[in-house]
Amino acid sequence: MSSLPPYASTGQKIWFYSFRVICGLIFFFLIAPIITIIPLSFNAEDFFTFTPGMLALDPDAYGLDHYRDFFTNPDWQQPLWNSVRIAPMATLLSVAFGTLAAIGLSQSHVPFKGAIMAILISPMIVPLIISAAGMYFFYSRIGLQGTYLGVVLAHAALGIPFVIITVTATLVGFDKSLTRASASLGADPVTTFFKVQMPLILPGVISGGLFAFITSFDEVVVVLFVGSAGQKTLPWQMFIGLREQISPTILAVATILVVISIALLTTVELLRRRSERLRGMSPG
Amino acid sequence: MTDNTADTPAGPVLAADGRPLKASLNRALRAQKIRALLLIAPLLLFILITFILPIADMLFRSVENQIVRETLPRTVAAMEEWENHDEAPGEDVYAGLYIDLFEAAEFRRHTRVGSRLNYEMTGISSLFRQAGRGVGRFDTDIYTDQFTDLDAAWADYATWTGLMGDSAIRAALPETAASFDTWVRITIEANDDDPAEENIEDFVYFSLYRDLAGSGYSGSNALLSAAADAVGGFDSISIRDQFEDLDEDWLNPELMETIWVYSPSYTPGYFLTAIDMQLSADGITAQPEDRQIYVTLFGRTLFMSLVIMGSCVLLGYPIAFLLANLPMRVSNILMILVLLPFWTSLLVRTSAWKVLLQQQGVINDILVWVGLVADDSRLQLINNQTGTIIAMTHILLPFMILPLYSVMQTIPPSYVRAAKSLGATDWTAFWRVYFPQSIPGIGAGCILVFILAIGYYITPELVGGRTGTFISNRIAYHISSSLNWGLAAALGSILLGVVLILYWIYDRIVGIDNVKLG
Repeated sequence: MSSLPPYASTGQKIWFYSFRVICGLIFFFLIAPIITIIPLSFNAEDFFTFTPGMLALDPDAYGLDHYRDFFTNPDWQQPLWNSVRIAPMATLLSVAFGTLAAIGLSQSHVPFKGAIMAILISPMIVPLIISAAGMYFFYSRIGLQGTYLGVVLAHAALGIPFVIITVTATLVGFDKSLTRASASLGADPVTTFFKVQMPLILPGVISGGLFAFITSFDEVVVVLFVGSAGQKTLPWQMFIGLREQISPTILAVATILVVISIALLTTVELLRRRSERLRGMSPG
Repeated sequence: MTDNTADTPAGPVLAADGRPLKASLNRALRAQKIRALLLIAPLLLFILITFILPIADMLFRSVENQIVRETLPRTVAAMEEWENHDEAPGEDVYAGLYIDLFEAAEFRRHTRVGSRLNYEMTGISSLFRQAGRGVGRFDTDIYTDQFTDLDAAWADYATWTGLMGDSAIRAALPETAASFDTWVRITIEANDDDPAEENIEDFVYFSLYRDLAGSGYSGSNALLSAAADAVGGFDSISIRDQFEDLDEDWLNPELMETIWVYSPSYTPGYFLTAIDMQLSADGITAQPEDRQIYVTLFGRTLFMSLVIMGSCVLLGYPIAFLLANLPMRVSNILMILVLLPFWTSLLVRTSAWKVLLQQQGVINDILVWVGLVADDSRLQLINNQTGTIIAMTHILLPFMILPLYSVMQTIPPSYVRAAKSLGATDWTAFWRVYFPQSIPGIGAGCILVFILAIGYYITPELVGGRTGTFISNRIAYHISSSLNWGLAAALGSILLGVVLILYWIYDRIVGIDNVKLG
């Protein structure tokens, strides 16, 4: 498949190239919408399409107006600040509880392992609208609806399955004799955890944390119901913008978010490689 | 696992500390289990409180229906005696309804029960709102006047507290006692007044009249005996007629039937509504044609999820095939094109489509420029099913490609080569050898995409318009706009059930442990 053999028939050649063209079109479908909005966000005018000036590459047709609006308009700055306040707290909670539980789950004898795993993974499986509905009903009963704490708890719950999955995956390759060796050399369990186990599973923990972070940072359905105007996050503001009066500032925000996701993607990929390298080094 | 070790004829094997080895091992195992559980416990507790309880609460709300019984207790109790449901019930029911509505109106709860019942029968809400204002102006003041004319002591709060402090009198005048307590509660809790300084409301005298006229009074209290002797000569009014004057609909047997059918504390009513059925006097029947929307909506959700799933397979399969068969170096780079959309914010991708698909958007501009479409007949690509399907296929495509790719990577290329060397054409080698081995990947990807699609909310809401929305949009509408939480919960429970079944299948086919991220 990777290259065409010299003896290929005409039909095979046609199929070979047309298959590549089809794949190219699908890749285009995947990536084009994301790429298109980047130049559009530099549009000097309030249009959602390429103006004749932009197509002629006229520098005056491009401008940073939408970015300026994003960084000065309180309608966007308050949500940005809320997102920055909520996502790290939720991530911290998910990672702390999740890592601990993943270590517990990777022990050799865990009673009811299947049932526990199902419960811990459930926030990922249940459709968001159902989680949002349930949380809205329940959190209004106990007074958490419309509070910062409520949103953080809800987002932490949504992020936990990602931490569990990535950390348990890292722990599968973890060599238990290392902890035994550490203990035999006189280290207490806490020292063993922080000096031996933690550095080895750290890539998994961090990438789980990144997943939890992006889950919270991107999340809009649950915060829409559990939060109130005081917890309006960036995606929420985008959602309102898209539903009511769509402003081109959204394109600037979207571009910034794409840059953030590229950064996160690169980090996760580097961590995955590092983790594979470390695992390759450890015996067994 | 420890059984065999202890199974020696020379008696139990002993550990170093002299205990039987079996017990010693069991103890160690127990300690290990407890340690594992202790590590898991905080998270389990956290998830139970922040996630599982809310879901349980939602399931509970889908059948819970205490509001009617709590707000209209007397009415519901009196309805037990209502025999012929083709006719409006008798005076007792309306007497109960009068006092219940009076109390509810004072506590401003009548509109809530009104809107609850309005879900089942349109128009009840406004009837209740109107009655909330109307019950205070009923002609029941004639009883007040007649009692106070008989003996001025009846107007004194002290007289009443004296009477109502006597348990024998309370037992003899049950309705009066309950009404008086209600009045005291209304005065203190709803109006924040001192009962001693307020005029006792007409409905208390109305209850007193009903008690005395109904079963008389045979006790020793002189004031009451005098009143009991006098009530025979009192002018009286029919409370049923009062309701009829307020609005003729109050005598509509159907209305009263609705109150009766929805009086139990738990009801399957919401679930029935969610499947276009209703609870009525003749048991479970279909909703009137014009109110049947949910089955269609579930059907549309399933159908569109299937279409999205199908498009994902069509588009995802060639990509996964290409990635799995290219050299690692190239495929890693191309993989970025799949992972970037996967990592990009959902809102970003939805906004991109919203911008691209507009009538004045990039895609229509290109089509006009190419000449495929005339400038005055630009395609309607958004706010309909097309928009939802295009945007969601794009959003969910990585979830199809990733499992397909991981399955295809494990298919050894030598099989296809062997097939070809045995004389198979390219197509036969693919269709008979390669494709069957990739089916587990298709299955995993399909279920994953389907599960995700069926519960989607944001994208259909933004690009779906009126015809491209899913059941989740209806759930959100009932939570935040129509405030019919019970119905939202019932629809949510059904959706949850479908997803859990699909998930169970997914777990059987793929196994949850095989979920990979990125």
